[in-house]
Amino acid sequence: MLRERLKSILRGPRSSAAASPPVSGMGQPRFAARSGDKELSRSRLSRGLEQFFGCFAGQTGLTMLDLGGANQQNVNFITSLGHKFYSEDFLRAFEEIFAGDRADQSNPGRIEHFLGQILEYPDETFDGVLAWDVLEYMEPALLTAAVDRLARILKPKGYLLAFFHSDDRVATVPCYIFRIEDIRTLQVCEYAKRAPSQLFNNRRMEKLFQNFESVKFFLTRERLREVIVRK
Amino acid sequence: MSVWNKQRREEEPFKPLNTPSLRPAPPVPPVETKKETTTLSSMSSMAAGRTEADLLRGGSATIGKAVKIVGQIFSREDLFVDGDVEGTIELIEHKLTIGPNGKVHAGVKAREVVALGAIQGNVEASDRIEIRKDAKLVGDIKTARIVIEDGAYFKGSIDIVKTEPKTAPAPPRHPPVPGSNAAPAPAPAAAPEVKR
Repeated sequence: MLRERLKSILRGPRSSAAASPPVSGMGQPRFAARSGDKELSRSRLSRGLEQFFGCFAGQTGLTMLDLGGANQQNVNFITSLGHKFYSEDFLRAFEEIFAGDRADQSNPGRIEHFLGQILEYPDETFDGVLAWDVLEYMEPALLTAAVDRLARILKPKGYLLAFFHSDDRVATVPCYIFRIEDIRTLQVCEYAKRAPSQLFNNRRMEKLFQNFESVKFFLTRERLREVIVRK
Repeated sequence: MSVWNKQRREEEPFKPLNTPSLRPAPPVPPVETKKETTTLSSMSSMAAGRTEADLLRGGSATIGKAVKIVGQIFSREDLFVDGDVEGTIELIEHKLTIGPNGKVHAGVKAREVVALGAIQGNVEASDRIEIRKDAKLVGDIKTARIVIEDGAYFKGSIDIVKTEPKTAPAPPRHPPVPGSNAAPAPAPAAAPEVKR
């Protein structure tokens, strides 16, 4: 009896089915779930975030683009460093424009329309881009075009931070809202699960970011790969 | 009713139709004039349960949800916009509230901006801006402080403009009296010390 109890303590709390967030399809808008009360949030250390902001240490007045949509913590953190904050809700636009149509993500006209809606900035506008996990759900043609556009709007020596799940055994991965608590801590709020469009291993990622000068990976305990790329 | 009362009523300032007074006005001595509320819409919703928007409306001038204005708005009092506005809105020393039905396609300048509806245009709020849940703001923001609720949609840039703290005017310094050896008094600290 005592042994069983000890085992259960060591195993930690089991996640109940009721607590797990719903699996979201492409048709379900992300922003609807984002404001819900069913978010499961926790804090975790992020070496990628630490390195990303470490690259801008001692500088102020830079331009930072957050593709995860605006939230209070990120606005506070970035503006408190003296930078200008830009916000785009990338996944919201993605869902509004493609609405679950995977084939449409290879259509050059639709791709251009999407990028015109969400990444229409002059070349070399941003010093840093926080892409979080938004690139993970796009089909290859759209993803390549989006990364090329990001490379264009980044300044030379600018940095981009992106997260990708690296577990190939899962059909769905959790979607998060990322809130910056401090330079090395993120509050991650899981609000849904979603199928990644492809597996992102090291080789594929190097190919994806081939137009950038350097690519650096950090693997976290949740098999989440944090990637910093430098233009 | 007496003749005196009739005369009194004639002297009363204009009141909006939505606040009918059934009782005769008590004889009030002439005091300072109250700021009148400019009401462009019926306030019938106030009779029902008061929503947050109703509370925010407060004593502001109101552009109702059935009203569309194209042009420039300058106001020297708080303004609540629940209709459509295209052009510019300037309330330099006052608060602008965009109600849940409000659609503003305009450049906005105000002391404080609270958005519950949709704004498309650049916003300058010298004090603060609040983007409430379900609000939508597309444009560039320049402000001293910002509040973004979860669920709000924002596309654009945020430039935090640090306002210089208002310092109290320095007390006039008396020139030292010749012959006195008293040291000059230390200048007061910029902020009071907080003990924990």
